[in-house]
Amino acid sequence: MGQFGIGQPVRRKEDVRLLTGKGVYTDDVNIDGQVFAVFVRSPQAHATINSIDIQPALAAEGVIAIYTGDDLAADGVGTLETEVEMSDLAGNPMFRPKRTLLATGKVRFLGEPVAVVLAETQEQARAAAELVMVDYDQLPSIASTSGAVDPSSPPVWPEHGSNVSVHWENRPASEIDVHMERAKTRVTVDIVNNRLVPNPMEPRAAVAQFDAETGVMTLYAPTQGGRRIQGGLAKGILKIPADKMRVISQDTGGGFGIRGKLYPELGVVCWAARRSGRPVKWRGDRSETFVSDYHGRDQVNHAEMGLDENGRVVALKVHTILNVGAYMGENGPRLPISGGGRIIPGVYDIANFYFSVKPVFTNTVPTDTYRGAGRPEANFLMERLMDAAADATGLSRDEVRRRNVIRQDQMPYMTQMGLLIDSGDFIGNMDMAMEHSDWKGFEARRKDSEKTGKLRGIGIGNFVEAAGGRPTEEMRVRISPDGKATVFAGTYSHGQGHETVYAQLIEEYLGVPFADVSLVQGDTATSPMGSAGTFGSRSSWMGGLGIRKSSDAVIAKGRKIAAKLLQGEEEGVTFENGVFSAGAGSVTIQEVAKAAQEPKNLPEGMEPGLDESFHVKRDAELFNFPNGCHVCEVEVDPDLGIVQIVRYTAVDDCGVVLNPFIVHGQVYGGVAQGIGQALTENTVYDAEGQLMTGSFMDYGMPKAQHFSHIEALFNEVPCKTNELGVKGAGEAGACGAPSAFVSAVMDALKPYGIRHLDMPLTPDRVWQAIAEAKSDKAA
Amino acid sequence: MQDFTFHMPAAVADASGLLGSCEDPKLIAGGMTLLPTLKQRLAEPTDLIDLGAIADLKGIRREGEHIVVGAMTCHADVAASELVLSTIPGLAMLAGQIGDPAVRHRGTIGGSCANADPAADYPAGIVGLGATVVTNQREIAGDDFFVGLFETALEPGEIITAMRFPVPKWSHYMKLRHPASGYAVVGVMIVDTGAGVRVAVTGAGPSAFRVTAMEEALSADFSAKAIDAIKVDADGLNADMHASAAYRAHVIGVLAKRAIAARR
Ligand SMILES: Cc1cc2nc3c(=O)[nH]c(=O)nc-3n(C[C@H](O)[C@H](O)[C@H](O)COP(=O)(O)OP(=O)(O)OC[C@H]3O[C@@H](n4cnc5c(N)ncnc54)[C@H](O)[C@@H]3O)c2cc1C
Repeated sequence: MGQFGIGQPVRRKEDVRLLTGKGVYTDDVNIDGQVFAVFVRSPQAHATINSIDIQPALAAEGVIAIYTGDDLAADGVGTLETEVEMSDLAGNPMFRPKRTLLATGKVRFLGEPVAVVLAETQEQARAAAELVMVDYDQLPSIASTSGAVDPSSPPVWPEHGSNVSVHWENRPASEIDVHMERAKTRVTVDIVNNRLVPNPMEPRAAVAQFDAETGVMTLYAPTQGGRRIQGGLAKGILKIPADKMRVISQDTGGGFGIRGKLYPELGVVCWAARRSGRPVKWRGDRSETFVSDYHGRDQVNHAEMGLDENGRVVALKVHTILNVGAYMGENGPRLPISGGGRIIPGVYDIANFYFSVKPVFTNTVPTDTYRGAGRPEANFLMERLMDAAADATGLSRDEVRRRNVIRQDQMPYMTQMGLLIDSGDFIGNMDMAMEHSDWKGFEARRKDSEKTGKLRGIGIGNFVEAAGGRPTEEMRVRISPDGKATVFAGTYSHGQGHETVYAQLIEEYLGVPFADVSLVQGDTATSPMGSAGTFGSRSSWMGGLGIRKSSDAVIAKGRKIAAKLLQGEEEGVTFENGVFSAGAGSVTIQEVAKAAQEPKNLPEGMEPGLDESFHVKRDAELFNFPNGCHVCEVEVDPDLGIVQIVRYTAVDDCGVVLNPFIVHGQVYGGVAQGIGQALTENTVYDAEGQLMTGSFMDYGMPKAQHFSHIEALFNEVPCKTNELGVKGAGEAGACGAPSAFVSAVMDALKPYGIRHLDMPLTPDRVWQAIAEAKSDKAA
Repeated sequence: MQDFTFHMPAAVADASGLLGSCEDPKLIAGGMTLLPTLKQRLAEPTDLIDLGAIADLKGIRREGEHIVVGAMTCHADVAASELVLSTIPGLAMLAGQIGDPAVRHRGTIGGSCANADPAADYPAGIVGLGATVVTNQREIAGDDFFVGLFETALEPGEIITAMRFPVPKWSHYMKLRHPASGYAVVGVMIVDTGAGVRVAVTGAGPSAFRVTAMEEALSADFSAKAIDAIKVDADGLNADMHASAAYRAHVIGVLAKRAIAARR
């Protein structure tokens, strides 16, 4: 491996461009003649729309058009629908309401778009939007996740009658009850897995242009790869052939799952461009991020676990309520199940498992995939159970885990939910994390903290994911006559660093220097047809494999050409470090690429050029399993309730590490978001469905001051189900951090008998718990 | 943001004149609060009068037993001022804990006090140090300046020109940052004036207030022990989803004791 090959901590190619302001984000895109769109959004959580009076707004300066849901319907514009289908054990399907792009008849959450105003300037559109008069009749609303299962809660969809969309179960509960009854020790946990606003740095935006002559609609928007949005818009919304729909994302400032989705505003902006005959630009602001970007998490879990006299788990029952919001997101409803939650029981070997999920409707923003997408919730639940099991059995927290983890000699391991875990060294992860965090020396550190009036705690969290997303991805590799290589991708780097890693792969496989490799991405006109995008920690796994296979095809073709050039037999041609050799003769891949342009150099019937694609298709049920163990150490100031992380050790197995520098970045970012959930972030709706945390003044993003140095380590176990040996790396941190952190805080609070608190562990919440514990003791 | 006419007068008198003559004018200092308000169309003034070009309003100087801070002095300058650090370190400490570096380089002491955000830090300094608010029309005692939620004793058309702080014997400021905004959930300023002790609290009430029970106890015995038994009444204190009134009341006591413990 060369200096820029696989496994090297190569600096990111894209950073100079991005850090010196040369990125091109959607707001940087301007098209001659464009008009500006501003959405009129519902100030109500739940209401009947009696009427919409657009006349005063239409008369305002600069206004070009105002459209409502009725205009869309009259023009045959399609609706949004979840991709998820589930049914209960009796076979009753879930209730899957359709969502119109602009609300018609009713609004079901605060922030729902009701109308769109087009004007010559952004300011004019804003001013006019305030003049659109919507007459609402307020309806009773429900925001609470656990409250929505109550049959008497105000129905978001009266046509369904209940806010419970479906009661999904993996099997009858009675099958597990028999095992639970035999348990020597039983533990239960009740968890509120807090709702989060993902908040990528770049708010949403869209610029759409319709070319009436060619019938091509072009949309610029931040995405995670345009192919899926292209398909959804063309087929489902605009009803045009997919090849007439082009989606372009040059640079995108963060995705985390929610930027990959087809939002109503994208459809409206495209349609409005067609309807008005003018290019339309919409620039969402941060307030709109809070009320219209899909939210993350929001589950309520109740779980019960039974253990035998040896501390082995004999039965597990999990009841999850998922708040899907007012409508069903593309993937939202499946997150607790096939979207990620089915990784329960995590890294543990548990034979008897009952799993129940109720996705419920509420008058809130729909929830969907957010970094980890069901896996952080699943792992958090398992790790809270393990801590409870330690308390109940008297075993240490690591011992009870050791007794139950899936051992390496059990691999490949078929989980209860039908996932085949190919590899992983779960005990090794724990050993490594405990050693590097100096778990043994903790007691001495605890005593030191005590001297300064602080309570110190240490916590551990195991995790495993099922990563990989959709089972299709296509990549194309071209070597031009000038010897430079280009990767054409449908995966889409929106921060991850694909320009760098893909170039490393090309240098490794084809010997084309790192500096001579470029990446073309973010445009459905250039990305291979079989692509899906970047989400679910899949780009190395699917895209990397696509590059590998395309490179193999380049070599295979190159070998034929080289044979002709070297006047040898194809079988006798070897390829190494970018050089084809036969006997004493040799020719570089660059020379072959140049020669490949001339038909005279090519074997009979061969197409000119060195340009190969490969469509990776895998079994839809085949995933990879990133895993790891995080150890977190905290100090709690008991007088103020402030929790400070003082030490953090992350051991990750993401298979073969292609670039440790970049994977460390992924770990840091994931841990930051996991700690954000556990320490500072919370989305609060009041009983009326009003969003109380609609800006950074009230919604706490994690800040540098909340962290200590994060020691990121790898326990590299190559994945057996792909040739690169890679597993996902993007979401691991968010899966490991919440449980390690909460475990640490509960360890610190043990003297007060506090064993569980719901996230986020804000000063007020921690202090309150301590104050109550003190007064209980006094009583 | 609505269009407006922008003015940049070079003297306070000119600014004052514009305030009188424009239809719906607004002063702008650092713009840290005003600009977001304009962007959200919560205020739509016809005229913005920028105080940034008035040299008289900037800078920090000593006048006898007082430190005078011009209204347009930014937080970062107060935090780093040798003069403030050597005379009223508690004030420098306070300014250095406001917001983030960008905010500290734009936001001004005049703008912060005129705005009178209940969670702002400076009000604790103005009240705790017994400062005088100097305007283009009169002088207002710090104790009388903050009259309620976002409400001050300023009359329409009045411009803050400076804050005059008496140099105390000792001062210290401690703050519990809001988990989201970074403003003060509670901020406590303790000042030994030489003639007695002043304890001022921001963040906890509708506006900054003094804790007289603590002041009396500390004036008699300047030690953390002296206020150990003093409980601040949670009644009437701010409560929001990030901090209950009971928590705020408790935190006042903890921060006050820690501030005192910081004196060696
Ligand atoms: C992200 C962020 C974080 C912040 N964190 C904190 C914090 O932790 N603690 C804290 O205390 N503050 C905080 N602030 C507030 C900031 O420090 C400023 O002090 C505050 O925004 C107002 O000061 P300004 O100079 O920007 O005033 P402007 O926004 O320009 O003006 C505010 C108001 O005061 C009026 N005004 C301005 N100057 C005068 C004058 N001389 N006479 C009369 N009226 C005047 C204006 O007309 C306007 O109504 C934060 C602000 C931001 C944006």
